[in-house]
Parts: sequence; C-alpha cells; structure tokens
Amino acid sequence: MSWINLSALWKIIVYGLIAGAGLPALFAGGLYALSLGPNRARAATAGADGGDSDVLIGGSVAGMVLAAIAFLIVLAAIGWSVYEIYTLGHPAPAKK
Amino acid sequence: MSNDTVLVLVVITALAFDFTNGFHDTGNAMATSIATGALGPRTAVAISGLLNFVGAFLSLTVAATIASGLVNTGVVTLTVVAAGLCGGIIWNLLTWLFGIPSSSSHALIGGVIGATIAAAGGSAVNWHGLVSKVIIPAVLSPVIAGLIAAIGTWSLYRITRSLTEGGRKHGFRIGQVGSACVVSLAHGTNDAQKTMGVITLALIANGTLAQGSNAPDWVIVCCALAIALGTYIGGWRLIRTLGKGLVEIESPQGMAAESASAAVILLSSTFGYSLSTTHVATGSIIGTGLGKKGADVRWNVAGRMATAWVFTLPSAAIVGAGAYGIAAGITGTFGVVVVLLILAALCGGIYWRSRQNTVDHKNVNAEWTSGVSPDSSVIAEPTSA
Repeated sequence: MSWINLSALWKIIVYGLIAGAGLPALFAGGLYALSLGPNRARAATAGADGGDSDVLIGGSVAGMVLAAIAFLIVLAAIGWSVYEIYTLGHPAPAKK
Repeated sequence: MSNDTVLVLVVITALAFDFTNGFHDTGNAMATSIATGALGPRTAVAISGLLNFVGAFLSLTVAATIASGLVNTGVVTLTVVAAGLCGGIIWNLLTWLFGIPSSSSHALIGGVIGATIAAAGGSAVNWHGLVSKVIIPAVLSPVIAGLIAAIGTWSLYRITRSLTEGGRKHGFRIGQVGSACVVSLAHGTNDAQKTMGVITLALIANGTLAQGSNAPDWVIVCCALAIALGTYIGGWRLIRTLGKGLVEIESPQGMAAESASAAVILLSSTFGYSLSTTHVATGSIIGTGLGKKGADVRWNVAGRMATAWVFTLPSAAIVGAGAYGIAAGITGTFGVVVVLLILAALCGGIYWRSRQNTVDHKNVNAEWTSGVSPDSSVIAEPTSA
C-alpha cells in the first residue's frame, strides 16, 4: 500500500516535459526558422524605429522548409497521442 | 416502479452536474486564448464545446475509477448518488458565483463521499484510495504542470528572442489556439467520464446494470452532450479570473500553459488518476508567470483559489451528507424529490444572484468595476495598480 506511485510520477514528469514543454519549444523553433531571411533584417530595423512589425515569414527557403518540418512533427505528435489515447481507452471489445 | 422514477431523477441530476462541470471548466482550456485575444470569446467557447463533445468519446478508463475506487459500491443507493450530486452541483455554482475556479471533480467526489458517510458511516469510504488517488495527485499535479509550463515559457521566449514582438505574438497565437484545442479535448475525455461513472454507478445501484458493467452508449452520448452544452454556455466569471486575474498573459505564455496542461491531464488519465483539470490549468498559468522575467503572479488571487480548493472536498461532503439526511429522513421517492426541489430552488437563487452582476462574452476581458462580486475588489486592485 504505497501512497505515491513513484513510477507513474516520474513518467508523468518526463513525458510531460517532452510533450508539454518540448513540443511548444519545437513549435518555437519552427517560428524561428520561418523568420530567417532577408525580410527579417528589414523588420528588425522597422522595429527599431518604433514600428511594431508583425512580419513572421523571413523569406529564406531553407528556413521555411525547416519550419514546415518542425510544424509537421508537432502535428504528428499530437495526432499520434490522440490515437494512442483512443486505443488505450477502448480496450479490446468492451461489449458483446 | 418508484425506483425507476428515482433513477430518472438521478440521471437528470447527474447530467445537470455534467453541465455545471462544462461551464465551470471552459476557462481551463480557453481563458488564456480569450485573454490574449487569440480567439474571440464566442468562437472560443463554441470550439471548446465541440471538442469536449468529441473528447467524451475518446476514452473510458477513468469512468470506472471514480465510482469503484473511492467508496464501497455495495452501500451506494440511488439516494446516496442523488445527495452526492447535490453537494457537487451546489459547490460548483457557489464557486462560479464568486469567480473562484475550483475542482468540479473534487466537488463531485466530496459530495458522494459525504452522502456515503451519512448513509453507511466512515468505514464505507476507501480512505487510502481517497488520499493516494485524489488528494496527493491534487497537491502534486499543479506543481508538476507549473514546472513544465515555467520551463516551456522560458524556452519559448529564449528560442524566439530574435523575432519581432509582433511576429512572435502572431505566431504563438496560432500555437496557443492549437494547444487550447487539445486541452478542450482532454477535458472532454477526463471530465465527461466522471459523470458517466456516476450514472453507471446509479444504474448498477438500481440493478439495471450488472456489477462492473461499462457505461452504456446512451450514457456516453448524453454526458458528451451535457458537458459540451455547458462548455458552450461558458463560465465567464471563471474565464475572467483565470485569464485576467492570475497573471497578465502573452500568447507565448498561453501556449506554454495550455501545452503543459494538456500533457499533464492526458498523461495522468492514462495512468488512471482522475485529476482536476482546474488544478492543472491553474498550476500551468502560475508557472508561466514564473517562467517569464518581469511577469507578476498575483499570489493573493492564487491564495484565494488554493483556500477554496482545500475546502472543496469537505464542503461538498457536508452538503452531500445534509442532502442525504433530508432525503433519508423523509424516506422513499418523496424524500429524493424534496431534496432535488430544494436543489433546484438553490440553483435558481444563485442564478438570480449572478444576474445582478452579469459577466458574459461582452465584458469578459474588461477591467473589474467595484462591487461586482466579493472577488472583484481583490482582483481589481492589482489590475489597476
């Protein structure tokens, strides 16, 4: 009779960090990659002038490809998690 | 025959609880998106309602735990379930009136436990299960979620520090909406199951279902509908407290908070812990305030909420026990009917009281004005400072 299930606890913390902090960080990396390129320098100077530019796409092709890969990984991870939960939540034929 | 009347009443009351659970928790998923303007308030509640509906069909693992792990199901009668639901609903409505996000799960569990103690004494409660499956997770989960959100927030700002302010805001709004949608889904999965568990418990108590049965399809559909409708109605008072009261939130923080909440809720329910989504969401939002330099957490608001959390289980238990006492005192179907009539009257009263200072989609993000509710003075002070 243990009060705390330690093995579940550390799994929640580790997987929680990977999914809960890692995926958003990957998304942020995608945003960063997306911002690379010639437009970014212009946006930065516009920003320095006090204008609040919301230029998001820098214009670099490599950056955009990297960003697309990052966003796809994030989406795939979410889709996979939902699928896992569905299969775990419906163990074998529940009825019949 | 009379038992069937009671059964129908209990099912309706359970669905009413599910409905309050929905609107009590809209804010857990959508408060930060509404506060940062990433989504319009009405769009946010509509999306959240839909995803709660879908989420309710996703998993059925928690439904069993809520009933069987905490009380001795042998002593549970329809009257006990009805009384327990009264405790849960009244606590949910009172905390909503005062704008305090508190755990719907704890309200329900507290109500059922109180009614069980009144019916069969303390030995009918599985205290070890209560502590290890409910209380310890309730203390740990906000801390874990807060930690993940703080680390997430720090890294999001770190990675995107070269982006322009506007570009960052724009980009993370999209991410924030995505992560809020996952939380809505998780909420439907996690919370709708609790009501499914209670209705299943009632059906078993009535002998309609065999011991250890799964929730029938009509129960799943009704619970999904009730929680989705409740979510769509939106607990605007609670959305305000979570989105504006705790921390002033920017979109990267919103994304970090929602991602941490989604991860912790989904992981925990996979392990069979019926966590409070409210505790997790609050922990995440506080964590995101700690993870960003210069962001202030309003600890007085957080302290108020923590106090309410401590009182949730015992208060709902007292109401549940009292409701059982009345129903058992009058006895029979009539006793249950009287208790449910009292419940309906109290709900009406609380709703009428709330109309005197309505919070809805129009003023949800506005500054607090004085005398709105007892909370308003607490929240208004730091906001205007």
